[in-house]
Amino acid sequence: MAQVSSISNEQTSPTSKLITLRISRFNPEHDESSGFMEFSVSYEKWTTVLEAILDVKKHHDHSVGVRYSCRQATCGSCGMIINGKPRLACFTKISELNSDVVTVEPMNNFPIIRDLAVKFEKLFDTHQKIKPYLIRDDTEIESNEKEFLQSPEEVEQYIQFANCIKCGLCNSACPTMATDSSFVGPQALAQAYRYVADSRDKGKDSRLKIIDDSHGIWRCHFAGSCSQVCPKGVDPAMGIQLLRGYMLGFRS
Amino acid sequence: MKIHYGTALAAVALVAVHILMRLTQGFAESLEYENVLANYKFIPYAAMLELILILLSVHGFNGLRVILLELKQGRIYEKAVSYGCLAAMIGLIAYGSRTIIMTNMGMV
Repeated sequence: MAQVSSISNEQTSPTSKLITLRISRFNPEHDESSGFMEFSVSYEKWTTVLEAILDVKKHHDHSVGVRYSCRQATCGSCGMIINGKPRLACFTKISELNSDVVTVEPMNNFPIIRDLAVKFEKLFDTHQKIKPYLIRDDTEIESNEKEFLQSPEEVEQYIQFANCIKCGLCNSACPTMATDSSFVGPQALAQAYRYVADSRDKGKDSRLKIIDDSHGIWRCHFAGSCSQVCPKGVDPAMGIQLLRGYMLGFRS
Repeated sequence: MKIHYGTALAAVALVAVHILMRLTQGFAESLEYENVLANYKFIPYAAMLELILILLSVHGFNGLRVILLELKQGRIYEKAVSYGCLAAMIGLIAYGSRTIIMTNMGMV
């Protein structure tokens, strides 16, 4: 499947350089195995991998399958393996990779829809499973105060974990996810901690019960890969360890 | 999983006591037939050995169960692994206990 194509450089500036962009191509409906197509792409200092892929789609092969939306590391749509590491394509500049060859592949531990686009159903299912919302008997409308006040210290307990954009990079990097298809995953566990640590939430016991499963929190081997690849600094590995503190009674 | 952590910590403590008691005599001497029998007949020490056997069996087979569960998933497979490890654990404890019981009953 290897193919080398050069993009038209009519609009490129004198400062632009060339890289070889290797894109993994795989359509589960037609192909038995994946292969790579190579494209020669010009880039500037600020060009992201997503922009390079979109250049390929625009100028050469519009059939390249890629999911993207916001282009500013907010929506979590464009996660992929870039030069062997899970990253957001819109948040990764080609110039930062220090390589003349940029290889893009779909994320590991996710079923492939086509090329670089993967299915997110399982990630959303596990996320939903841990009840990612505040659980309490009263509501803000019924409360006399109209809102649930928190001190800055109480917010500090969980705010880092509220930055999760559900991009799936942590699940892609997780070695346990690679072997245990039933593992709940670092994304859902970090979010479980985010709500358990929230002083407004009263659903700690029910959430801890959900993750105290044979394929739950105890399957994490603390490789820490999830935290290394998180583009938002969520640090799921730390969340999992803090959550274990609740499970073992060291935290309340 | 709390059982796994608990058995590990308890086993470390008891095995340390076991090693310290073995150090009170020479290595070759501690393995002599009469000395081994004497250890089994000393009830507090035999009880500690029995406890170590139980703790290590529970810890070891639970660890094996977890490793096997991570290798492959499926309802029937997982049940087979869990019950298989439980049966093996009970078998090992029974076999180990048999030695202590037989010694104390004067059958050895």
